[in-house]
Amino acid sequence: MKAPGKLAALSLTALLTITACGDGGTAPPAAQGPQPLRMSIWTSNEAHLKLFNEIAAEYRKSHPQVGAITFDPIPFENYTTTLTTQIAGGNAPDLAWIMENSAPDFVGSGALVPLKSKIENAAELVPAATRLWERDGELYAYPFSTSPFGVFVNTDLVKAAGQKAPRELMKAGQWDWEHANEINKAVAAKGKNGLTILNFDYKAWDNLATVWQGWGAKAWSDDGGTCQFNAPEMVEAMTFMHKAIFTDKSMPGPGSAVDFFSGDTTMAVAQISRAAMLEDATFKWDLVPLPAGPKGEYAVIGQAGIGVLKKSPRAEQATDFLAYFANAANAAKLAAYFPPARGSLLTADTMAKTSPLLNGDQLQEVVINGIEKGVVKPSHTGQAELAQTARAALDPLWKPDADVKAVLDGVCAKIQPLLGG
Amino acid sequence: MAATDLGERVAVRAAARPRPFWTIPRRDALVGYLLISPQLVGSVLFVLLPLGLVVYYSLQEWNVLAGTFEYVGGENYAKLLADPNMGPVLTSTAFFSVGLVVLNLTLALTLAILLDQRLRGTTFFRTLFFSPVLVSLVAWTIVWQFLLQQDGGVNGLLGVAGVEGPNWLRGETTALLSVVVVQVVKNVGLNMVLFLAALQGVPRQLYEAAQLDGAGAWTRFLRITVPQISPTILLTSIITVVGSLQVFAQIAVLTQGGPGMSTTVLVYYLYQQAFQFRHLGYGATLSVLLFLIVAVLTLLQWRLRRKWVFHES
Repeated sequence: MKAPGKLAALSLTALLTITACGDGGTAPPAAQGPQPLRMSIWTSNEAHLKLFNEIAAEYRKSHPQVGAITFDPIPFENYTTTLTTQIAGGNAPDLAWIMENSAPDFVGSGALVPLKSKIENAAELVPAATRLWERDGELYAYPFSTSPFGVFVNTDLVKAAGQKAPRELMKAGQWDWEHANEINKAVAAKGKNGLTILNFDYKAWDNLATVWQGWGAKAWSDDGGTCQFNAPEMVEAMTFMHKAIFTDKSMPGPGSAVDFFSGDTTMAVAQISRAAMLEDATFKWDLVPLPAGPKGEYAVIGQAGIGVLKKSPRAEQATDFLAYFANAANAAKLAAYFPPARGSLLTADTMAKTSPLLNGDQLQEVVINGIEKGVVKPSHTGQAELAQTARAALDPLWKPDADVKAVLDGVCAKIQPLLGG
Repeated sequence: MAATDLGERVAVRAAARPRPFWTIPRRDALVGYLLISPQLVGSVLFVLLPLGLVVYYSLQEWNVLAGTFEYVGGENYAKLLADPNMGPVLTSTAFFSVGLVVLNLTLALTLAILLDQRLRGTTFFRTLFFSPVLVSLVAWTIVWQFLLQQDGGVNGLLGVAGVEGPNWLRGETTALLSVVVVQVVKNVGLNMVLFLAALQGVPRQLYEAAQLDGAGAWTRFLRITVPQISPTILLTSIITVVGSLQVFAQIAVLTQGGPGMSTTVLVYYLYQQAFQFRHLGYGATLSVLLFLIVAVLTLLQWRLRRKWVFHES
């Protein structure tokens, strides 16, 4: 029986060797023939994809050595998790869209290819847009979208509730959270939804920065070392939101199905790239800046960068394509949905030329002014764990009888160890 | 002497001639190995190898983004022992598993007994209760997510009855209960069918004899049905216990582990650590823990079977 025993052992060894050799993720591809490129992105919007594909097709005309360029949409909710799982599994894309909340992790880890010398006229990129993507003077991702949050308003619902339109309030210098809340309260009393914060869904709390910034609140100190959730400004801001949700009912409560774009919701805090979803809207809408808070007018910016992954066996071609994708001419086209970081393009007139849905006033008030005075949504090294820990600790706040200060103290107790002390 | 000569000659010739390699026992063994090889290859590739790798990864710190992979010895295991989240996670896991196993087995057996009666319409109800098993898990869960919303179908029905339903997925107890119920309704049909097959295999004459001896319905159930179907009870309980420890999609869709950590069961915590927080080494350590829990529970059930499973004592 020895020989079959050896036979089995031999087969097993062969099998393990074959399996061990099977990690093809990092193996360089055959050098011959056009090389395909893949970019992971979070949007699956048809208008966005059409524009990307047009730019890619144009690039391939002059670069026959590059094969198909695929834009691979990953759902927003699990974007970073899916992307890093692809990287861990040896199936990393060549280029990846990176959200602001994971910027410190990607930039700090050295996973990205340096870009500064490759990007056309990198000097004109506005510092507010590049800060997140830089380390030691080098740029690790092109700040592809620097998008201030604004408020999309369903003006039909506002009118039907007999309320003043936000634009009128702006002219009267009364566009603040108190007035916005009154409008939403009135519409909600008529059975429709008031104000929703897109993507928040009582989980992605970093989107609440679009409200608490008006009170001057912060999630953590500027150096990232101290929790600020229980600071007086945050307590006031959260108390305002809690009252809006549970007393005034001007914000749909947890567990409600809300869709601004279908027309049943009065206001939505979102970025201008969402305007593409209003192309076939059956209601009249407007886009206005965030209402002023007790600390005055303010703006909050969401960012996305595009980086080239060092792991990509085609990193050089990918960098070259990114340089083309982000050049001034293409940045102008992309500005229709994704506000550019190039100073020369940041004028309402230039942006209005490419923006099919937004007018000059809207672009000036929300985008141009927003980028000028905006702060970026909170981001920190190890953001995923921080976000999840704070989410769990914030959950007790989303109940009618919550003690706001006690819950926020609880958040700090949980996240302070993760902030580093 | 001649006979001895002959014997010696045969022995000498046999020693001189090389012994054939493919003796009958070896051929038998080869055929045997060939026959089990598809299963063996599958098990090695998809069970043993990943299992070995998980243990190996649990001794490493793997930073996916930086591309570093370092041996850290027992550091991840020390972290596991000191992890303040393990208490709530194991508590949620225990509540979830016990609730799911008890509810699933009780309901499956009750339905099987009801549908074992010779009544009109039993085929329809068997199909009805089994059909969720065939539905895609994620689609099923998403539909339930809508039903369980504050203004969803479940509360709509309760409203008709004049009851104001809770916000099911936002309360700590109701969220755990909701996930259990969604999972039970989805899978109870499978255990029901297994129980039904077992019930139909119980010899009718045993019931008749018991009835003649004056045994009531409850006594017949306890003394005849339960012992007779006990092998199936063992099978379903092992499948359900193991399955309850591996529930992931329902939690990912319905609650994402919340509110608080009330539905963060071990598998979901493992996913968070490994894939969301990118602590792959620690995630692997949690997998080893999960493997040990499943192995111990299964072994325990297997050992205890002698005490209560018919034909096994």
